[in-house]
Amino acid sequence: MAGFQYFPHTDSDIRAMLDRIGVKSLDDLYADVPQDCLYKGEYDLPDAMTEQQVRDFFEGLAAKNPKLKVFAGAGAYDHYTPAVIPYITQRSEFITAYTPYQCEISQGTLRYIFEYQSMICTLTGMDVSNASMYDGPTAAAESMRMMVAQAKKKNTVLVSNTLLPQVRGVIATYAKYAGITIKEIAQDNGQTSKASLEKLIAQGDVAGAIVPSVNRFGIIENLEGMADALHADKALLTVYCDPSALAVVKTPAEWGADVAVGDGQPLGIPLCYGGPYVGFMACKQDYMRKLPGRIVGQTTDKEGRRAFVLTLQAREQHIRREKATSNICSNESLMALWVTVYLSLMGPEGMKQVNDLCYQRAHYLYDKLLATGQFEPVFKDATFLKEFVIKSKAPAAQVQKKLADAGFFGALETEDGYVSFCVTEKRSYADIDELVKAL
Amino acid sequence: MKYYDKLIFELSKQGRTGYSLPQTCSKCKGTEAIPAGLLRSKAPELPQVSEVDVVRHYTNLSQMNFGVDTGFYPLGSCTMKYNPKINEEIAAMPAFGGDAIYKGIDSALAAITGMKHFTFKPCAGAHGELTGLMIIREYHMSRGDTKRTRIIVPDSAHGTNPASAAVCGLDVVVVKSNVNGLVDVEDLKPLLDDTIAGIMMTNPNTLGLFEKDIRQIADLVHAAGGLLYYDGANMNPLIGTVRPGDMGFDVMHLNLHKSFSTPHGGGGPGSGPVGVCDKLVPFLGVNVSGFNGNFGVILRAYAYILMLGRQNVKLCGKLATLGANYIKESLKDCYKLPIPTVCKHEFVFDGLINDGARDGKEGAATLDVAKRLLDFGFHAPTIYFPLLFHQAIMIEPTETESKETLDEFIDVMRKIAAEAAQDPDILHGAPHNTPISRPDETTAARNPILKYWDACAC
Repeated sequence: MAGFQYFPHTDSDIRAMLDRIGVKSLDDLYADVPQDCLYKGEYDLPDAMTEQQVRDFFEGLAAKNPKLKVFAGAGAYDHYTPAVIPYITQRSEFITAYTPYQCEISQGTLRYIFEYQSMICTLTGMDVSNASMYDGPTAAAESMRMMVAQAKKKNTVLVSNTLLPQVRGVIATYAKYAGITIKEIAQDNGQTSKASLEKLIAQGDVAGAIVPSVNRFGIIENLEGMADALHADKALLTVYCDPSALAVVKTPAEWGADVAVGDGQPLGIPLCYGGPYVGFMACKQDYMRKLPGRIVGQTTDKEGRRAFVLTLQAREQHIRREKATSNICSNESLMALWVTVYLSLMGPEGMKQVNDLCYQRAHYLYDKLLATGQFEPVFKDATFLKEFVIKSKAPAAQVQKKLADAGFFGALETEDGYVSFCVTEKRSYADIDELVKAL
Repeated sequence: MKYYDKLIFELSKQGRTGYSLPQTCSKCKGTEAIPAGLLRSKAPELPQVSEVDVVRHYTNLSQMNFGVDTGFYPLGSCTMKYNPKINEEIAAMPAFGGDAIYKGIDSALAAITGMKHFTFKPCAGAHGELTGLMIIREYHMSRGDTKRTRIIVPDSAHGTNPASAAVCGLDVVVVKSNVNGLVDVEDLKPLLDDTIAGIMMTNPNTLGLFEKDIRQIADLVHAAGGLLYYDGANMNPLIGTVRPGDMGFDVMHLNLHKSFSTPHGGGGPGSGPVGVCDKLVPFLGVNVSGFNGNFGVILRAYAYILMLGRQNVKLCGKLATLGANYIKESLKDCYKLPIPTVCKHEFVFDGLINDGARDGKEGAATLDVAKRLLDFGFHAPTIYFPLLFHQAIMIEPTETESKETLDEFIDVMRKIAAEAAQDPDILHGAPHNTPISRPDETTAARNPILKYWDACAC
C-alpha cells in the first residue's frame, strides 16, 4: 500500500498481525458485520491532500477574510493575549494529555487545574470552583439545574432580562427539556429590576435567580438586597460575571451570591469565531457536593509528598450514571490553562490596569460618539465599564457598514434596537479617533 | 518525568509583574470613578510573578505529564490517536470566516457517517448526546407525541448516556446484554411501547463488539415509533467501512477529539457535532451553547479529514481494528478474555489469569496492573469499565500505533503478568518510577482541599 504519514503499518506488518490473529485479510475482521451494513461505495470526500495543499487551502480561506479592529463585545472580548500563553498551552505534554484519571502521570494537569480553581475562587469570592465548563451560557444553565436540585420541591428559576441573549437562550433550552419553569426578571433603566424580582418571588415556587454582575448593556449592576430577598424565601442567587471585570467590581460573594458563573474568555483567550472558550462555575461551601463537573483536590502520596487528584467523584456521570449532578465529562481543561497562565502573568496590578485602560478608552469613545450628534445616550445615570449601548439616528446596519469599510467591527444591534460598542486595552486612542472620523 | 512541588502562588513576590500594557491616561479617571458601592473591597489574591517565573513554572508542571506525544495510550473508548501537527498550525491561523469551514466539514462528515447534516454547537461528546436527545424529544413533540419520555440504554453503555438522558428529562430504561455481550433482542422487545422516545446505542459497543442485530433492532424500534441514537464515542473502527446512517440510526454525535484526531487537551476542549437523518434536519437548530461551538477544534478535524481524503479514509478503521485484535490474541493466555470473538477497535479483559494470590497474600487486581504499566512508560488502559466485568481492562490501540509499539506493550503486559504470578506485591506498590506514588484519595474526598488557601494557614 502507498504510505500515509499517520498510519505506520507496512505491508509486512499487516501480514504478520493478520497471521497472529488467524485471519486472511483486513476485511475478515469485519466478517461479523452484516453485508447490508457495510459501505461498499466510494466515499464522497476530496482527494487526499498533501500537507502543503492543506496549508494553502486554509491560507486561501483566511486571505478572503478582512481583518477588522474589534469594537464589539456582547459576550466575547478582544483583550490582549500575552505571547507566553500559546507558547505554554501548546506544549505537547499539556495539549496531547488525556483527562487526568491516572494522577501519577498527570500532576502537571492536576496542579494547573488546582491553581485555576484557586484563581476563580479569589476572583469571585466563592469557596469552591470546579475544573471548568464548556462556556459561560452552559455554566449558567448548569447553575439553574443545581439551584433546582438544591431546592428539592421548587421548580422555577428567575432569569434577568439584562443577561446576554445567548445566556438566556441556552438556559431556556436546558430548562425546556428538564421541565424547569423560567420567569424573566424585567429590567428597570438598564438594570435588573428589584421590584420585579420581589414580585416574582412572591408568586412562589422560586428555586433561585440568575442575574448579571456587568450586564448586556455593559452596566455594572447594583445587586444590593437581591440575595437577602431570595434567601428569605430559601432560594439561591447565581451571579453571571465577566471575570476580567471581577478584578475591580464587587464580587458575587460580596453581593451575597451562592453561585458564580461566567465565561473565562476575557482572560486571555483570543476571539475564535466563538470558541473554544471556557465556562467557570464556583459556589459556596454548602453546595460543594452539588457542583457539576470535575474538581481537583490536594492530598499526599505514600511518601507524604503533596499530590493532586480528581476528587468528590461520587457526583459524576462515570460513577452515578443517571443520578449524577450533570452529564458533563470532557470540559475545557486546556482553556483553563490559558486562563491560569494569563492571570499569573497579569497579577492583581495587571488586572486593575486592564480595567482602567478599558474604562478610560470606552468612556473616551462614548463621549466622542455623542459629540458627533449622530447618537443619543440611553441609560444616562448608569455606570459602565468597557461596553455601552447608545441610540443611533442612522440604522445600525448602515453604521456597521461604514465602520467595516474603514476597518472596524462595531455598532452591534441589541434586541432593544440600540447599538453597542466595546473598547478594550488593545484599542488605542488613535484607533478610536479614526473610528469616529469614519462615521 | 520528575517531581516538582511548587504552586504559582508560592512564587509570588509583592511588586513583581509579568505583563506589558500601555500606560493609563494620567489626566483621565479610571475605575476609581466607579461608585465605591460597586467596587470590590480588596484586590484578588492573584500571584505576582515575572514572565520567566511563569514560563519555568508551567514548563516544570508539563514535565510531570504524560501525553500522546510522550507515549502510547491503550485507553479503551477514548481513541487516543496521534494529533497531527499541521492541525495545530491551521488552528493557530488568525481567525477567519467560518461559513466555508462549516459547510466543508458538514458534507465530509455526512459522507463518512451517512447522515444528512450536522450541528457543530455541542462542545463535547456528552454535550452532543444531550443535543441529540433534545432533537429526538423535539421530533416527537412536533408530532404531538408527548408521552415519549423514556429512553432505552444498554447496560454496557458509557456513563454519559444515562446522565445525558436524565439532563434531557428522560427516564432511563436499561436493556440487558446477552452472554455474547450484545444487546439482548428478546429483552428489548417487551420494552418497546408508545412511551419510548428511542434507544441509545454504541456500535461497536463498549466491549468492542459489533451489534450485529442492529438492523433488526432498528426495525423494531422504528416500528414502535422510536428513534435510534448512535453514540459516536466508538466510531473510529467504522470510519471507512460502516456508516451509522446505513445501520438505521437517526441521530448521532461524533467526538472530534477521538475519531478525528484533535488533541484531548487534558480534558477538553473537545467537540461533539450532532448529525441527523433527513427528517430530523428541521430540528438541528437546538440552542445548546453560546456561539458556534468549538471552532478551533472543528478546524483541526477538518484539516485531518483533508489529509485523510477519499484514499486513506478506508484504512482508518480497519487498521485500528487490526491493532486491537493483535493485542487481544497476543495476551489472551495471560489475561482472562471473557468474550473471545473478533473485536473491533477495543476489547475487554477481565483481570489476570494468575493474579498471584496465595497463602493469605492478596492477588494483583486490575488497578495494580494499570499502575504497574505507568512504570514502563505506558498510559494505563481504561479500567473497571464496562461494569459488566469486575476486573475490566479495556484496551484500544488506534491506527496510529506501529507494530513495534504494540509489541513493546504486549511484552510489558506479559512481564507484568509474570510479576503478578511471582510476587503480586511488586504490582501493589506500583507505580515506582513516576513523579508521585499512589495518592491518598480517601483523605482528599473526606477533607477537601480545593484551593490554595484551604491548605495554608494564610
